[in-house]
Amino acid sequence: MRHVIIGAGPAGVVAAETLRKLDPDSNVTMLSHEPEPPYSRMAIPYYLVEQVGEQGTWLRKGDGYFENNGITVRTGVKAEGLDTQAKQVKLAGGDTVPYDKLLIATGSHPIVPPLPGVDREGVHTCWTLEDSRHIIERAKEGSRVVLIGAGFIGCIILESLVMRKTRLTVIEQQNRMVPRMMDDRAGGLIKKWCQDKGVTVHTSTTVESIDEGGDGHPLAVRMDNGESAQADLVIVCVGVKANTAFLEGSGVKADQGILVDRHLQTSVEDVYAAGDVAQGLDFNTGEYTVQAIQPTAADHGRLAANNMAGYPLKHQGSVNMNVLDTLGLISTSFGMWMGVDGGDSAELYDGDRFRYINLQFKDDVLVGGSSLGMTDHVGVMRGLIQSKVRLGKWKERLKNDPTRIMEAYIACTQAIGHNARVLSA
Amino acid sequence: MLKALKLEPEKCTGCLQCEMACSFENTGAFNPAKSRIKVFTFHDEGRFAPYTCTQCDEAWCMHACPVEAIVLNMATGSKDVLSDVCVGCKVCTIACPFGTVNYEADSGKVVKCDLCGGDPWCAKACPTGAITYVAADDTGMERMRAWAQQAPREAGAHANPPKAKEVQVFNVPQQGGL
Repeated sequence: MRHVIIGAGPAGVVAAETLRKLDPDSNVTMLSHEPEPPYSRMAIPYYLVEQVGEQGTWLRKGDGYFENNGITVRTGVKAEGLDTQAKQVKLAGGDTVPYDKLLIATGSHPIVPPLPGVDREGVHTCWTLEDSRHIIERAKEGSRVVLIGAGFIGCIILESLVMRKTRLTVIEQQNRMVPRMMDDRAGGLIKKWCQDKGVTVHTSTTVESIDEGGDGHPLAVRMDNGESAQADLVIVCVGVKANTAFLEGSGVKADQGILVDRHLQTSVEDVYAAGDVAQGLDFNTGEYTVQAIQPTAADHGRLAANNMAGYPLKHQGSVNMNVLDTLGLISTSFGMWMGVDGGDSAELYDGDRFRYINLQFKDDVLVGGSSLGMTDHVGVMRGLIQSKVRLGKWKERLKNDPTRIMEAYIACTQAIGHNARVLSA
Repeated sequence: MLKALKLEPEKCTGCLQCEMACSFENTGAFNPAKSRIKVFTFHDEGRFAPYTCTQCDEAWCMHACPVEAIVLNMATGSKDVLSDVCVGCKVCTIACPFGTVNYEADSGKVVKCDLCGGDPWCAKACPTGAITYVAADDTGMERMRAWAQQAPREAGAHANPPKAKEVQVFNVPQQGGL
């Protein structure tokens, strides 16, 4: 059996390892179009501040790890097409790779908006190690950096840019920072936090063009509010898009991402998809969406590999969630943090202390939540959402004090003493 | 034989010696805020519940880590954070559905219970036997019973929750707890 995986991110690596375990006699080959060993984009912000070297970003660190585990990794090879009839992957340069079972884990790529001047020297996306090297080169102490887009990726590298002592301007089209993760109030607090730390933040502002700069700065970013920000480096972080272009003509159907069933099989037999490229089942909505988050990629990888190895496993849906550290202000979001129709919510807002927590219920079950300025026990929101634990009287208690979420979980799932009588009897 | 922490809230008096011992062992200072085991207080009921990582087999934290900084300790079964490898991305803190991996701003790393390498100080410090370190099998059956009673169910189901029968009852909360 020849298992071929296109892509060497978390979904690809977890799938390769799972296949190795479940199907020991098979060949497992991973194809990566980047030259580096499999690495994690999640580690890039820490690479940018030189907290870790390149090796610190690697998904697996042991010497010869993949080799020793019988996983062939081919780096620097780009899949350009797929022939699902002949069952082979077409590589750039004309080579082909035959497969019996194929996993597409090609991830996504950053969107570059069609702005005038976006192709100027000094304008970069922030997605790969290669991008990071360019950014490190230009983001020197005192240099002017303009970050276009304050979504998740923009906000996560924002800290790195401040730590590199650049003079930073952030421009976001929507009315708040991280609009897909935080509501108005929490997003507003993040903005204020950044401004207090010396970052210039423009929200509800659109970039019109990237022009030639002056005063020794090669670039100038012109905004629709009439202002212009000079820059030595412009970083574009306006979102990502699934890497599906190479599938044209293959018969593998895609929408926002590759369409998969609950076994993560695509519209073509023996072809599976996982991670950012897959439009997988969302635990909360029951709909198929691209979540593009690390835990979902790992889930997908493991599940797809089980199915590829002949151990059918159905996807129960992944909870969409995120955690973000913006200059030390930590935010999280889980599931239906924006609420559901006919639902109910609990909220606590302490703007002066940059604290916020919001819980969303359907009946007495937690379906979503978000927090700001909390680091302890935040994962329990995921646990309560995914286990659909009924909160009973704890729902009212949480409405009075949503910070008691961990107590609610413990009280609803562990014995807190009402069985002491039974035990001592 | 693999051992596990057995937590029995009904024996807990809320003295917090476990938190003192844990923080001292792991940080060198008596600082309950840095303890990896936490005693939760239920004022209305006058109850206390110690809680920490169960070293679950699913190891959500370990599988979610993007840089292989959480590893299985083969000797104890614990999932240990390798501090020098952890970049502080916090993905494990949202992936752990039990809320027992926490980010520590001082160090910029995550921390979780590692069973003190097989000699957990919380258990040694607990004066009432609410925290014991016992053969994993001894905690397993009871835990299974507890979870069987508390299995996920759709809201609206079980208007009359099933009552435990015959078996000796351990860890069986009523619907909605307390």
